[in-house]
Amino acid sequence: MTPHTIQLDQHGRLKHFLTTEGLNRQTLTSILDYAESFAGVSGRAVKKVPLLRGKTVANLFFESSTRTRTTFELAAKRLSADVLNINIATSATNKGETLQDTLHTLEAMHCDMFVVRHGNSGAAHFIAGQVAENVHVINAGDGRHAHPTQAMLDMFTIRRHKPDFESLRVAIVGDIAHSRVARSEIHALNILGVSDIRVIAPKTLIPDNIESLGVRVFHDLTEGLQDVDVIAMLRLQRERIKNAVLPSEEEYFRCFGLTGTRLRVAKPDVIVMHPGPINRGIEIDSQVADGDRSVILQQVSHGIAIRMAVMAMVMGAAPDSSGGDN
Amino acid sequence: MRIAVSNGHLVCPGQRLDGPGNLYIADGRIVSAGARPDGFTADLEIALDGQYVCPGIVDLSVHTREPGFEHKATIASETAAAVRSGVTSMVCPPDTRPVTDTPAVVELIHQRRQRLDKTRIYPLGALTKGLDGQQLTEAAALKRAGCVGLSNVDKPIVDTEVLRRAFEYAAGFDLPVFIHPEDHYLKNQGVMHEGKISTRLGLPGIPETAETIAISRSLLLIEQTGVTAHFCRLSCARSVELIAMAKQQGLPVTADVGICYLYLTELNVDGFNSQCRLWPPLRADRDRLALLEGLMSGVIDAVCSDHQPHDEDAKAVPFSRAEPGASTLEVLAPLAFNLVATRGFKLEQVVRSLCTRPASIIGIAAGTLAEGAPADLFIFDDNRQWTVAAEQLASAGKNTPFDDWEMNGKVTHTIVGGKPAYQDN
Repeated sequence: MTPHTIQLDQHGRLKHFLTTEGLNRQTLTSILDYAESFAGVSGRAVKKVPLLRGKTVANLFFESSTRTRTTFELAAKRLSADVLNINIATSATNKGETLQDTLHTLEAMHCDMFVVRHGNSGAAHFIAGQVAENVHVINAGDGRHAHPTQAMLDMFTIRRHKPDFESLRVAIVGDIAHSRVARSEIHALNILGVSDIRVIAPKTLIPDNIESLGVRVFHDLTEGLQDVDVIAMLRLQRERIKNAVLPSEEEYFRCFGLTGTRLRVAKPDVIVMHPGPINRGIEIDSQVADGDRSVILQQVSHGIAIRMAVMAMVMGAAPDSSGGDN
Repeated sequence: MRIAVSNGHLVCPGQRLDGPGNLYIADGRIVSAGARPDGFTADLEIALDGQYVCPGIVDLSVHTREPGFEHKATIASETAAAVRSGVTSMVCPPDTRPVTDTPAVVELIHQRRQRLDKTRIYPLGALTKGLDGQQLTEAAALKRAGCVGLSNVDKPIVDTEVLRRAFEYAAGFDLPVFIHPEDHYLKNQGVMHEGKISTRLGLPGIPETAETIAISRSLLLIEQTGVTAHFCRLSCARSVELIAMAKQQGLPVTADVGICYLYLTELNVDGFNSQCRLWPPLRADRDRLALLEGLMSGVIDAVCSDHQPHDEDAKAVPFSRAEPGASTLEVLAPLAFNLVATRGFKLEQVVRSLCTRPASIIGIAAGTLAEGAPADLFIFDDNRQWTVAAEQLASAGKNTPFDDWEMNGKVTHTIVGGKPAYQDN
């Protein structure tokens, strides 16, 4: 089964959230709408809603992450769920226990949901295929494949500033080849009707045949940013330089770093996003990261609302979790 | 033992047989492929109704996993699977544990096989000690022990000087080298074909140049050293072109393709299907079509099962962590014969690529129904439909990408050395 069919039940409702690929516009829109209803919760004095009371959520992080794990943890707690944080990088799988055994052990503890981050593409899909019928899986990032909650919080951020997706020009800048965020964003933007999606990077960071996902490729930042409404920056991993994919951070910044000057070719009301953590002076200039076009910190708080929405929806706790047909 | 096979359809490209006929076997050999010899009395009569009678399949690559990986499969389990597909001889790669780099390991394999009396085994010896890519093995001793060729399987020989010397040394003892062409650096961390699907799934890709550059490098050294070389498991269109060019130049090269590559492509990997994690990777559909064309034209000499049985745990992991390879022995014959109905192959071409050419590549007296030849043969009924069920496979490896596929045709009898080794009930 493909990732996008395994995540739906027979009525087309989300039971896992593994990828944005293959979902319909109605499903994505209802995630965004539902997240709106939680966006206010964090500002209240009592920050909890009882939707997942009595449920247990296990954060299975096979790859370390502070930011994503924390926002998932907060989201689950605000839904009144009990949260287990299991850092597998230092846990049983290192003692020779197989992934399947770990899952079954956790299931025996009656966990209702696994939030999974794993370094291998397809890991969340694999786990969704292994768990019992009443256990739900949310992908918190698998290899280079998908990071759907990040993409949805980016869509949420875009919609708050620019609600008409169809008229938007969106540029994704940076390491497309190794980025799960980029892939999930591209699918989500296409599904929401954005007709002008651009990816901008040196050739070594553009994967083969990326055009088939419905994007245009640019190797020149200034050309690619022309008149865009949204710029989604990606984080550059230092190992790309070690592995002969790029010559130096300096040259990367000179050619692909987002600076105030470069920003001028975009729309005056352009918004600049970044999934974090930021490499200042490598992919983005501090003045831009902290400037008035940056929405980077908003993204973080939106992340909690989106994760609350997705968790409630896959657990069937949302008022209308119906996604309709594809 | 004396066996009479009557009213079959004999297919033997070497003997120019492709039509109705009878076959008579006595004392391990074929005594007649035509008239009943005077006074022939059979211990076993096999009366057919036009089913194909073909020389036994010579499978150029079967991993039995023994010695060393008996938790995956054994010589006993895999020879039992082999005879169900008409395979009467099989070549076993040297990536055993210990590596087949000494006569002692070759002898061990032969001993284990002998007790079973099923499919014959022809081991390949390691081209370098422990497959380390550095030190040459004792090729003469390996040949004397019964190795039909040398190979480094999936372990790269990065140092071109070592590769040159290994080729030269093997050439001196008339041992063919079996090359799995892959550039170690270009493969990098790749786990599937680099293309549209790897981009979508975010799986590290293996570019086709990983194969074509390795082929080119080997071809130039083959030209220089004069070694006879067999290229294993071509996976891309461009590789077929390179082999065609080399043959045109008169280089002593042959090539094969695995049965999976004629039916599956990168699309089958979609959904992170770890049963389709193969090595080399399944490539694009145009590659599959070029491989079919290459097989038909004879640029690709042989088709083999490339059988790689695995235990369940080897595939029950995320795609990138799954061990490559598929359990394919039992679908080899039906999928190969199916090319007649679906791809316009002649029966004779299928038998040539399954039986005749592989036998000549490893230099054994097999792949023929000639009088006096060892009686290794199988009977194939192309009217027998069956459905592949992973759990029902005779192989210890249930890792088939063809689970639930409908097969048109089935092996009903396999005879090895004049003795029935398998009969379908």
